[in-house]
Amino acid sequence: MKYYDKLIFELSKKGRTGYTLPGGNVDAPALPATLCRQSDLHLPEVSEVDVVRHYTNLSQMNFGVDTGFYPLGSCTMKYNPKINEEIAAMPEFAGLHPLQKNLPGVKAVYEGMDRSLAAITGMAHFTFKPCAGAHGELTGLMIMREYHLRRGDLARTKIIVPDSAHGTNPASAAVCGLEVVEVKSNADGLVDVESLKPLLGPDIAGIMMTNPNTLGLFESEIKEIASLIHGCGGLLYYDGANMNPLLGVVRPGDMGFDIMHLNLHKTFSTPHGGGGPGSGPVGVKKELAEIADSVCVSGFNGNFGVILRAYAYILMLGKENVKLAGPLATLGANYIKESLKDAFKLPIQRVCKHEFVFDGLVDDGSSTGKPGATTLDVAKRLLDFGFHAPTIYFPLLFHQALMIEPTETESKETLDAFIDIMHKIAKEAAADPDILHGAPHNAPIGRPDETTAARNPILKFFDEQCAS
Amino acid sequence: MPKFPYFPHTDEDIKQMLEKAGMSSLEDLYSDVPSDFIYRGEYDLPEAKSEQEVRDFFAGLAGKNPKLKVFAGCGAYDHYTPSVIPYITSRSEFLTAYTPYQPEISQGTLRYIFEYQSMICALTGMDVSNASMYDGPTAAAEAVRMAVTSVRKKNAVLISETLLPQVRKVVETYAKYYGTQIRYIKEEDGQTSLASLKEGIAAGDVAGILVPSVNMYGIIEDHTGFADTVHEQKALYMVYCDPSVLAVVRTPGEWGADVAVGDGQPLGIPLCYGGPYVGFMACRMEHVRKLPGRIVGETRDSEGKRCFVLTLQAREQHIRREKATSNICSNESLMALWVTVYASLMGPEGLKEVNAKSYANAHKLYYALMKTGRFESKSALPFLKEFALKPKGITPEALHKALEDRGFFAAIPAGDGFVTFCATEKRSDEDIESLINAVEEVMK
Repeated sequence: MKYYDKLIFELSKKGRTGYTLPGGNVDAPALPATLCRQSDLHLPEVSEVDVVRHYTNLSQMNFGVDTGFYPLGSCTMKYNPKINEEIAAMPEFAGLHPLQKNLPGVKAVYEGMDRSLAAITGMAHFTFKPCAGAHGELTGLMIMREYHLRRGDLARTKIIVPDSAHGTNPASAAVCGLEVVEVKSNADGLVDVESLKPLLGPDIAGIMMTNPNTLGLFESEIKEIASLIHGCGGLLYYDGANMNPLLGVVRPGDMGFDIMHLNLHKTFSTPHGGGGPGSGPVGVKKELAEIADSVCVSGFNGNFGVILRAYAYILMLGKENVKLAGPLATLGANYIKESLKDAFKLPIQRVCKHEFVFDGLVDDGSSTGKPGATTLDVAKRLLDFGFHAPTIYFPLLFHQALMIEPTETESKETLDAFIDIMHKIAKEAAADPDILHGAPHNAPIGRPDETTAARNPILKFFDEQCAS
Repeated sequence: MPKFPYFPHTDEDIKQMLEKAGMSSLEDLYSDVPSDFIYRGEYDLPEAKSEQEVRDFFAGLAGKNPKLKVFAGCGAYDHYTPSVIPYITSRSEFLTAYTPYQPEISQGTLRYIFEYQSMICALTGMDVSNASMYDGPTAAAEAVRMAVTSVRKKNAVLISETLLPQVRKVVETYAKYYGTQIRYIKEEDGQTSLASLKEGIAAGDVAGILVPSVNMYGIIEDHTGFADTVHEQKALYMVYCDPSVLAVVRTPGEWGADVAVGDGQPLGIPLCYGGPYVGFMACRMEHVRKLPGRIVGETRDSEGKRCFVLTLQAREQHIRREKATSNICSNESLMALWVTVYASLMGPEGLKEVNAKSYANAHKLYYALMKTGRFESKSALPFLKEFALKPKGITPEALHKALEDRGFFAAIPAGDGFVTFCATEKRSDEDIESLINAVEEVMK
């Protein structure tokens, strides 16, 4: 990757054009002066080739799944099949107005996806309006609240969230008007059932869980947890961010969950796009289906283009291969875990699911007299070797958390190469932690000064010429 | 192992990996799962298809949808998409990247988001923009929450009756569960009534107002007096807007607004049955700490090189958890790139021209329809590319259906007997004339 230091605004030259439009010249709209834009519009004036080169250069400072291995925990960075892109771009889909009715082809896509996701998860029905995972969580909690409200059960204003939960869980609960009650993990990293019991009562709307949890551990007491929550009148919400290891093996509906979301951009192979667009369909049990369809959380029909991609993936996968997706993802995680536990601290010795968490290096090099190498240093050093970093400093249960998730689309050779490099980095750390402190050495930029960025925020392009 | 192109494992690979993990079969990986939760049945899914079969399957479905000429807006506008845009956005370095958590290898994403933020600020006249939201209606709903979390002890937000129905609906949904009271500002002659605003805000419990710049009838609203009225009550003045139109129409910043939200779709994003689009949200600098979502800022690296990072993260859900006032995490980054490339190609002149041509087309259609004598106009107030008429002697639904049968998606029922039409720069003179002929035929 090479450093390229331009912004599109800096390529601008008055009089250059990057577009053509049909027809001749048309006069500016005849609008009353009070309704007209008063100020100049500071957008770049660039040619088409300027635009193409600029964004091609920008792209070359980026790492994607197509560049290399992305062991990013809880993010499920699996390969994004190219046929999906072709389907989503079909003009007969891309040209449809969102308010159009009488579209048999579109109807078949939504119905096919609904049936497929129901079959995979054991839920009865999905709503496709949510545009991301956190959006799905919020929608699911709205459905939960609506269920209680419609029964006249107004006292259920609290939701139980494990301390290992994704940050979005308590945040979604808070913006849904629910009070978060945290339940502790036990020494094995699982929800502590004894700590859960005293929290239960007539004020509990339900619980949010991800299973496997963010340590990659299967919550094996889920049956008892489900019976306790249902026993006190609450519902169980399944955060589908960690669904991938269960794909083709375990169905959340069978475990007692009433409401769940899926991240189509994780489990169902649609690209992350540098942070969206995603899609977070919410599945519910039969008795909640009508409520699910009544909760309106986005403008039109959800991210149809993403739904199309996921459907293409499901059809490629089929009923045979789906049964291997979860196991192969889980196999990769266990293989890495067992291969690296000599060099990285493994706080919980257990079979993991799609991901697992190390708590820093076994030997961080502090015995050399220099400050030891941290998880951040390991992450940055990985970038030098053509790998993306794992998720770091999450979950919050460990101080030096390194959360690693391969997926079923990574070959043994790729995992072996990653394991070799992680061993190499661990050896470097033990011998001279400064090698890690200075990393990355080969990226387009070194470590950025994030403190200054936050203290003196520069949040848009500012050009003296524009200002004058 | 069945042969499947997305799974690279050979039988030998699996064997060796299981050995390392101390297991003898793939089932052993699930030894911690109670056995009655293991799904042993056959999944109710089709059998795996080849890529060719998948392509044919979708081509078959796509062909079943009637192909209509779009003369509808209602929050989704059929503007032209230059071919450069999908070419750039499908580059895998953009498409297959995650959220830019590792800035050293994400400068491509971070730079275009910084450019996007700059362009949204330029269009709206605001000081700061976030990295994007899901869509316009959710951006509006987040703005409403931002108002009640910014303004102490006030828990009501006034929203205009002239906002698009989907915006009102999503705002109401979010507000219901957050516990925010939503009250309406009445419509008067097709636009938000200042008198009704004054009456509503006098209650003293109003944290903010949300009003459209161009409204559901296509009317360009005159916000004279809004800023003073709202700021006297120390409330937030928030505007829902179409960013394409802001190239020619008075901006939220110029009206004195505090927050601008809307959907970036009109900036060259295909209709695609409603998504993916991109919501935007921008505000004045003094409100930045309450602005939800991700923000990219400029800084320097260890060697002094200019670079970009996610910044002001103390506002975000993963830090604040149960104290969060927004849960947004992933947004619509690739669609922000889409909009950024569009605005780069069009530039200030191109965007003005898009509006001029849309204006000309819409007005041509409007005058021709009015000339039939079979329509009554919603209002004499100025519009740009969309307008509302009341058909005489036929219901809105019947007119809509009859035009659909003739190959047009037009005359969208807008309530109260009105329908809306929209014409962008993409519609040719022949398209417009054929629609006029169809209307005359239906209504003769």
